Amino acid sequence: MKRYIKNMNMLSKDENEKLKGFKVCVVGCGGLGGYIIEMLGRLGIGHITAVDGDVFDQTNLNRQILSNDESLGQSKALTAQRRMELVNPLIELIPITERITKENAEAILYGHDLIIDAVDKIDTRFLLQNSASKLEIPIVHGAIAGWYGQVSTIFPGDNTLDKIYPIKDGDGLENEFGNPSFTPALIASIQVSESLKVLLHRGETLRNKLLYIDLLENDYIVMELME
Amino acid sequence: MGIEVRLFSNLREDKRKKVFFEFEEGINVFRIIRILNVKEEDVEILLINGRYGEIDIELNDGDTISIFPPIGGN
Repeated sequence: MKRYIKNMNMLSKDENEKLKGFKVCVVGCGGLGGYIIEMLGRLGIGHITAVDGDVFDQTNLNRQILSNDESLGQSKALTAQRRMELVNPLIELIPITERITKENAEAILYGHDLIIDAVDKIDTRFLLQNSASKLEIPIVHGAIAGWYGQVSTIFPGDNTLDKIYPIKDGDGLENEFGNPSFTPALIASIQVSESLKVLLHRGETLRNKLLYIDLLENDYIVMELME
Repeated sequence: MGIEVRLFSNLREDKRKKVFFEFEEGINVFRIIRILNVKEEDVEILLINGRYGEIDIELNDGDTISIFPPIGGN
């Protein structure tokens, strides 16, 4: 299919074919999630669930690719669905217009091959880790703050977030630094690349590792998190 | 004993990536961050000689500690 011809060669024909069968749940359709959904859809990941209970507001316009003057006040998850209809109508995008909670997490996440953590609260990230572990689904974690970002790939039972966030209900630097336009795009790209490798069992992933990026000082550090 | 301290992102107030300090024998990271005025909640990841470490482990002469603050936004 011509649409995917530039995906070829870096992936085999079989791998390209497989993509349409995968189900990926993207939790959060904001700074990270908007870019992630766009890239998953253009790659040809066949089934995407987009979860977000929020609507767009003006503070999202500096970085969230799904936000613009017309989408202000509209559901982020439904906007993702409309965007995917334009970008790649072959993709089934299921919007969930609810905030993920203890009560609904397992029902929302059930049946997916992979979960992508694109949320904005540290305690919600732990909720994803716990639910995904029970459901035996891997997670690709990403977070940003100002010039800084991080990515890790978490398999069921790894509990990597326990090492990344010793304070489970704490706040990150984003409260101090905000989030610009370029950091989410960078971290989202790495999350999608990790996701593709996990789905296809290719390459080396960031399992039990954390990639920590400081764009201000150009530090790109992969740290081992195994004790 | 000599300890190399590497602070990352906003913890690096004086812009230096690596700082060498002389500390007394038996010091741990918890006491070092107090001396350096780094709040415990600002320590997201702690590496000792490049490996994941705990804040209360006793350090040895020549050790390197790296401290990364928390990132949680989207």
